[in-house]
Amino acid sequence: MILSGDGAVAYAAKACGVTLGSGYPGTPSTEILETLASIGGAAQWSPNEKVALEVATGVSLGNGRALVTMKHVGLNVAADPLFTLTYMGVNGGLVIVSADDPGMVSSQNEQDNRNYAKFAQMPMLEPSSSQEAYDLTIRAFEISERFKVPVLFRMTTRVCHSMGPVKLWKDPEAFVPAPYQADPVTKVMIPAYARKAHVRLIRVMKELAEFNESSDLHTVHRPGSEFGVLTSGVSVQHVLEAAPEASVMQLKMTWPLPLEAIRKFASGVKRFAVVEEGSRFLEENLRAAGIAVEGKEDVFECGELSVGRVRQLLDHDVTPPPAGAPGRPPALCPGCPHRKTFELLSELKLTVLGDIGCYTLGVLPPFSAMDASECMGASIGMGLGLRRSLGDSPEARRVVSVIGDSTFLHSGLTGVVDMVYNKPPTGHVVLLLDNGTTAMTGLQEHAATGYHLDRTPAIPIKLEDVCRALGADHVDVVDPVGDQEGYRALLQERLASNDATVIIVRRPCLMQMKKMAKMANSTEVKQ
Amino acid sequence: MSREITNVLFVGIGGQGIIRASDMLTEAAFRLGFDVKKSELHGMSQRGGSVSSDVRFGKQVLSPMVPLGMTDFLVAVSEDQIEVARPYLNDSTVIVRPSDLTPDDAKSRMANIAMLGVLNRHLQFPADLWETLIRENFRGPIGEANVQAFRRGAGI
Repeated sequence: MILSGDGAVAYAAKACGVTLGSGYPGTPSTEILETLASIGGAAQWSPNEKVALEVATGVSLGNGRALVTMKHVGLNVAADPLFTLTYMGVNGGLVIVSADDPGMVSSQNEQDNRNYAKFAQMPMLEPSSSQEAYDLTIRAFEISERFKVPVLFRMTTRVCHSMGPVKLWKDPEAFVPAPYQADPVTKVMIPAYARKAHVRLIRVMKELAEFNESSDLHTVHRPGSEFGVLTSGVSVQHVLEAAPEASVMQLKMTWPLPLEAIRKFASGVKRFAVVEEGSRFLEENLRAAGIAVEGKEDVFECGELSVGRVRQLLDHDVTPPPAGAPGRPPALCPGCPHRKTFELLSELKLTVLGDIGCYTLGVLPPFSAMDASECMGASIGMGLGLRRSLGDSPEARRVVSVIGDSTFLHSGLTGVVDMVYNKPPTGHVVLLLDNGTTAMTGLQEHAATGYHLDRTPAIPIKLEDVCRALGADHVDVVDPVGDQEGYRALLQERLASNDATVIIVRRPCLMQMKKMAKMANSTEVKQ
Repeated sequence: MSREITNVLFVGIGGQGIIRASDMLTEAAFRLGFDVKKSELHGMSQRGGSVSSDVRFGKQVLSPMVPLGMTDFLVAVSEDQIEVARPYLNDSTVIVRPSDLTPDDAKSRMANIAMLGVLNRHLQFPADLWETLIRENFRGPIGEANVQAFRRGAGI
């Protein structure tokens, strides 16, 4: 059947009898758990990637198989458990999908998460197509359970969101976790135990390197040429097309590297080049191992590769490719409730610290109403810090933080704690734009929507109750469309005070309402 | 190698059914026994921004993205996106554009499907395969309306 890379991972995880898939929505990873749920697998949205990985750790402790999915920046959030999980090792297989976004189609940076495999010390697999996404997910669970380590499954936008034929060859496994047995010496990371765990981890990584050397996880396409290229991920496909004269060594397991196999390939060709998207991960590690290799110009550290750019990379040609007319930028939908907020912020000429979501588009005309946006949840901390810099000047009173409902549950709660605990002299105002969904990534549920990932009902967390419980001086709820005057007056009043305020700006996302109406209709048809 | 591959590029703006139309071409090519890959860029695009989707089919498809200047067919559901795609076109690229449709189809939400009909004048895939796919994608009366739109586009 035809599947996206994301879909292929979900089908493979289902075939492995995965006990639970957990994650937080993020382009281009979101469809993995949505597909898993749609084909009958257990999948959940956690409030953020850190919790998702911790849940997966628990699943694995209980001998279950765990799949965790997130976009590249999500792994930063999950990095704290990650770096100790590798010491603890796993019981049931645990596979972490990091969906990287070279070229930043919809991300705030293009960090190369291959570096996490080396940094946290874990094996990494990289598929180059939908079929490989399926095959390698199955291999990832095998490797995880054989070596008792978590596996980093690194995908990129062009693997996640490309579609191609996939042969679903694995008979679905009826996997039942073995009975739980406590093992505190390997699982409780007090220093005395962690020191032993680190020694074990280094030994296991050596074993994994030996495993990779002799495995089928590296192959040479079109052997025999005097020109050899080493590559991985979607770049494999670009290189095979861009350099038909080359022998191409593909790495499917890119950490730990099969250095001796690479050395042998390199010594068998006259010209040896590396083609890699993003950082110089392969190039630098080959050089460190004493393998002479032809690298790339700086310009190829940015953006994604393509057939044309691979040709340029290999030719060391840095002329910019021809550009078409600029595309149409994304914009807030007509009638989007966020529009009212940004019209108001723009009119009042406020200093706006933004966050990650549709509302980041408030930076663009016609609103041009955003001063900074960094990462999930950062709006609140940045707002507090900016107010501290501005002292008790009138400028300080113009500072507002704007954050969405899903982002608030992800990383905004601790920001409100800091606002209450370390209140700036002029107080602060947080606008919590509650549109009842995770809109930007395609309308996913979250802990306050009242539904789980699979649309079964959940007990919704009440955002106003949470903010009140945290001790904000004022927690107000306004309708930005139905009561525009009330919204303006309230915002001005709170800005003039020295209080810590959360204004919940509540109006459902139009796209979400359309989706709900469609679902209600299709239910009627079924009945 | 790429001569054995047909490269189709779909462009438009969020909400015009670019992804759906390219999915349907991918599935059609797959059912006809071709190797096929599709690559799309979405994410922020559902907010009314530019959307593009590359479909490549043939004996063996490697890169999922149509290389610069290699487009055989450009399906431009939005006329203003043709210039955005210009570097991917060449002198013999066939452009399917809204003006190839009846004025009603060009304005309708079925423009994407009608344009698949126009595209099929060149691809010559079996019409009944398309109609099966359309009915799989759109149930009931909407499916039938889309079949009619496809037929008007295909001139059948």
